[in-house]
Amino acid sequence: MNETNDPHIIEFSDVTKRFGILTVLDNFNFSVAKGEKVTLIGPSGSGKSTVLRILMTLEPFQEGKLTLAGTSYHEPGGKGPFQASETHLRQIRNHVGMVFQSFNLFPHMTVLRNVVEAPVRVLGMARAEAEARAIKLLQMVGLADKRDHYPVQLSGGQQQRVAIARAMAMRPRVLLFDEPTSALDPQLVGEVLSVIRDLAHEHDLTMLLVTHEMRFAREVSDRVCFFDKGRICEQGAPDEIFGQPKNERTREFLASVLG
Amino acid sequence: MMYGYEWDTTTWLTYTISILPIILIGLTVTLKAAAAGFAIALVLGLVFALLRRSRVKVISWTTAFVVEFLRDTPLLVQLFFLYYVLPNFGIVLPAFLTGALALGLQYAAYTSEVYRGGIEAVGRGQWEAATALNLTRMQTYRDVIIPQAIPRIVPAMGNYLVAMIKETPVLSVITVLEMMGLANMIGERTFEYLVPLTLVGLIFLLLTLICSAGLHRLQKALPKAGIPLR
Amino acid sequence: MDWSAYLPMILQGAGVTMTITLASIVIGAVLAFFFGILRVEGGPVLSTIALCYTEVFRGTSLLVQLFWFYYALPLVGLSFEPITTGILVLAAHAGGYGAEIVRGALSSVSTQQLEAARALNFNRFQTLFRISLPQAIVEMMPAFGNLAIETLKLSSLVSLISIADLTFTAQSIRNLTLDSASIYSVTLLCYFAMSLVLMVAIRIIEHVVRRGDVFPRSAHS
Repeated sequence: MNETNDPHIIEFSDVTKRFGILTVLDNFNFSVAKGEKVTLIGPSGSGKSTVLRILMTLEPFQEGKLTLAGTSYHEPGGKGPFQASETHLRQIRNHVGMVFQSFNLFPHMTVLRNVVEAPVRVLGMARAEAEARAIKLLQMVGLADKRDHYPVQLSGGQQQRVAIARAMAMRPRVLLFDEPTSALDPQLVGEVLSVIRDLAHEHDLTMLLVTHEMRFAREVSDRVCFFDKGRICEQGAPDEIFGQPKNERTREFLASVLG
Repeated sequence: MMYGYEWDTTTWLTYTISILPIILIGLTVTLKAAAAGFAIALVLGLVFALLRRSRVKVISWTTAFVVEFLRDTPLLVQLFFLYYVLPNFGIVLPAFLTGALALGLQYAAYTSEVYRGGIEAVGRGQWEAATALNLTRMQTYRDVIIPQAIPRIVPAMGNYLVAMIKETPVLSVITVLEMMGLANMIGERTFEYLVPLTLVGLIFLLLTLICSAGLHRLQKALPKAGIPLR
Repeated sequence: MDWSAYLPMILQGAGVTMTITLASIVIGAVLAFFFGILRVEGGPVLSTIALCYTEVFRGTSLLVQLFWFYYALPLVGLSFEPITTGILVLAAHAGGYGAEIVRGALSSVSTQQLEAARALNFNRFQTLFRISLPQAIVEMMPAFGNLAIETLKLSSLVSLISIADLTFTAQSIRNLTLDSASIYSVTLLCYFAMSLVLMVAIRIIEHVVRRGDVFPRSAHS
């Protein structure tokens, strides 16, 4: 419980997640250290996005234990691992932010309001303060001049950069990226990756990234995990995984994506 | 038809049982009126839709105006108009037919939009492909356009049928003795409106639920494999 | 037929029709949002109650409802002025249909939007009022427009519970003059004109709703 002594900010122990009869995660064990940048790679359907969605409390799981910053997802007195009350889940969510594949900006709000709304409503921040911070974040992603635009008026890459600013505005300790560049035209991928690269330099921010951009993964991660069939087959430093993968499946996968 | 009937108003149950036969007679009138009205609406609506697609501007604009006018004015006033004004022109119809005609006219305005939407949704590319294959206009409608339009049209038409059934009580004002008109007459004679009106309301509710369920099944049964619906 | 004698009557009747229609639309909209939101967010008990409300007012005929409240309610000791009954029944009827519109629009808000709201830790009310409803309202507008016109047309039925609206006035004048063709033509035209006015008003409201907080119409990129 005492998180200063616990080097791990995220800890999955024996987590099992099923969709109907399909087992997506099978006795899954995985932990992430505070400030660590971890990339999850693997074929589609291997369960890597599910890990992020469980962390964000978008998906329940059936068995096992998951803690984040010392707080268990399982509420004491709850019946199953995920029978927690909304109040409890909202406490957990305070620590986590997420960047989605399809951006999911709010179409009816301007760029600035997209970034300001949650800090004001959820964190109770004064609007002026929230706006000042939002503008800083928008400057960081290079979009301060688009503050009064609506999302539809932006390109996909710009939308995704706003979405990153929006997630950061909530001061998450853990930031999840679920294939942030998969929905983008190839020429727009670079601008988003460069924003993520800047964030990777933030010492305290823990990052989990699901991506198919292997070169980028190699560049920014402290650790790369290869997923296959709901398990981590192989993990290690990027140079190990990409340089001399030991597992046969990892080699096959890398050969197929690196061409 | 009410003379000679006695109603037992001692309890709501005996009252219900004693008026049920006559209400059910009214139900058949309701259903017949809706069926006749809907038949008119289906045919006339198609005529409106085709006229609206006419290349002669005067025809398409006039049709558009007529449809809009029918859509935007109350059924009740249209009904009065037909009932009181048609005889001035020597057209004397039985009340039932006048009622069915009024229902049919009003709903033809709605169904014409459904036809139009269904046909337009099939899209230009299909017409062009049919032309490229050298199909005649008739063949194009029969083999290409209509099969694709039907799954789009049927659900909306069904909803209008249900809506029309619920509007038939209006016909009671021109002496068509459908369910609600009878319930009112019973009420007038017994000074007990609650039971007959509630009964009629419940029958309408039941009708609506049954029709919706039937429509749902019909929608599933329609051949629509491969047709991109919206 | 001498119109100068009847014009004031017709205008007065049209005024009553407009009043009843507008009052019903406003009250109906409140009911629509209340029950529509309950349908989606109410939990098992409240959403069932909302479902019963919509099914009853959509499933039984409006004229039956009017007579029921007009004739039957006084018998159990509840009685209102006819105009109150007329407005309330029309409003409840419109509210039933409106609740379905609200429910449909709310459930068409994408799960991705809801997930984004969740990831930002909005609570249920914030998600509903800040994220779902503002997007859903734009979707509702065309259907609400049709419903408003429908309410205007159906308001003619209140003439059958002795409210002196436009249709009732037309009937009275016909009984005096027996000139059915003129009086019903004028009445139909009056309703048509009121429909057009209502449509323009709806367009303006729709425009405001779209422009204010919501989606600009054209997307570039």
